[in-house]
Amino acid sequence: MKYVIIGNSTAGIGCVEGIRQIDKSGNIAIISDEPHHTYSRPLISYLVKGKVDAEQMKYRADSFYKDNDVTLLSGVRAVKINAGEKAVELSDGNSIAYDKLLVATGSRAFELPIAGNSFMTLDDARKLQSQLAPEKKVLIIGAGLIGLKCAEGILGRVASITVADLAPRVLASILDDGGAALVQKHFEERGVKFILSKSVSSTDGFDIVVIAAGVRPNTELLSGIAQIGKGIAINEKCETSNPDIYAAGDCTESIDVSSGQQKIMALLPNAYMQGECAGVNMAGGNKIFDKAIPMNAIGFMGLHIITAGNYTGEVYESNKNGTYKKLFYSDNKLNGYIFIGDIEKAGIYTSLIRDRTPLDSIDWALICEKPGLMAFTKEDRMLKLGGR
Amino acid sequence: MKRVYVNEKWCLGCRLCEYYCAFAGTSGKDIARSLKGVKINPRIKIEEKDGISFAVSCRHCKEPLCVKGCITGALSVADGVIVVNQDKCVSCYTCVLCCPFGAISTSESGAVQKCELCIKSAADKPACVAGCPNNAIVFEERR
Repeated sequence: MKYVIIGNSTAGIGCVEGIRQIDKSGNIAIISDEPHHTYSRPLISYLVKGKVDAEQMKYRADSFYKDNDVTLLSGVRAVKINAGEKAVELSDGNSIAYDKLLVATGSRAFELPIAGNSFMTLDDARKLQSQLAPEKKVLIIGAGLIGLKCAEGILGRVASITVADLAPRVLASILDDGGAALVQKHFEERGVKFILSKSVSSTDGFDIVVIAAGVRPNTELLSGIAQIGKGIAINEKCETSNPDIYAAGDCTESIDVSSGQQKIMALLPNAYMQGECAGVNMAGGNKIFDKAIPMNAIGFMGLHIITAGNYTGEVYESNKNGTYKKLFYSDNKLNGYIFIGDIEKAGIYTSLIRDRTPLDSIDWALICEKPGLMAFTKEDRMLKLGGR
Repeated sequence: MKRVYVNEKWCLGCRLCEYYCAFAGTSGKDIARSLKGVKINPRIKIEEKDGISFAVSCRHCKEPLCVKGCITGALSVADGVIVVNQDKCVSCYTCVLCCPFGAISTSESGAVQKCELCIKSAADKPACVAGCPNNAIVFEERR
């Protein structure tokens, strides 16, 4: 069996680990335009900050490709998929045949008609790092996860940081107004300036511009070959509409079980689980990944944020001991939550969303107050903790 | 594989498991002297309410959401045991977001901590189980 994986990041690695659960000997090739060992993309801001080094950036051990008998074709781009002949054409003129193909091409920065750095890859991070200097004034366009992580990464290394966004609040995709105000204040107290609800028309007066105005999925390779919506459409087995072609990670769209809507959920845990699911199925196994929800854990200068699901329905709100907490629920189900500050045991809330747990089957009042297994029935606890 | 399982009805809520866990992370010789007056942060934690109590620690899931979700590769599975490499952890807490049991917590250094079944010790069972006076937690093969 010949497996080809386009993409050397989370979903691609998950796919290798999925394939090897079933097939120990089939040929696996990974194609990557980045000339690097697999690295953790979210760590680029930590690299700029100096909290991790190149070694710690590695998502898997140096021996990963050898241990899993993978041929890594790095520094070469997949330019075309020839689905009829089941081959991938490469930028170096070569072609590689597949029996099963995974497209895990990720996403790229949304382009603006403004010159600037993007902040998506290891090379982007190194380029930005080389530009930093104590007298430089930095403009970051985009107050989302990437923009704010970038701001944290360069804080203290430059003369000033200004973050601009069209949206009226920071982290608009994961926070409500109250939570966003708290995070914005946390940055402002450390000298970061914000220009919100405005589009940037000029970057005059700034020495470094970073464009972090959202991402676009890299779907082009499957254009005309498989069904594409906002992202590459996949089912719960991570199959595209074209037989023998699978897709996983930030380039895909799938069902968000918290809302029932088809959407792009570009986040690392989903990418891994989709990649792994695809890998198992590519190798002839049978795996379903049908529990994707939007979810994020992120921290800025010691302030921790965990969010999951969608923010519809009635709201339970509490602000105790400096922790901002909101639970959103309707129709006997938890839809989503926002946790800022003390995030301990947040995953118990995540499980209620993911499993669509009927809230009348647990002690809702107790679990609102604090996440814990005490809120479940004795029988449920027996299953969870007693192993039977 | 042997795991720590909870017999809820036997739990006294005495929290000795928490103390033995905390002690297992030190180089001390005497538990009372080592932990007297110390605010402990164990990897097994008692939940308690209205006369019911039970200990919660990592389940070492066969489908570990924490490992799959880990953004750095700090969490991995070694012979069925889910272990954390604290040097690789950047304190993003994606594992805390993912764990359905609330069994991964933050440590003093910021890196996450979790039960590793005392695999680094020479003992035949985890310290919490060895120290439980009423078999409310056991180290067994169940499923």
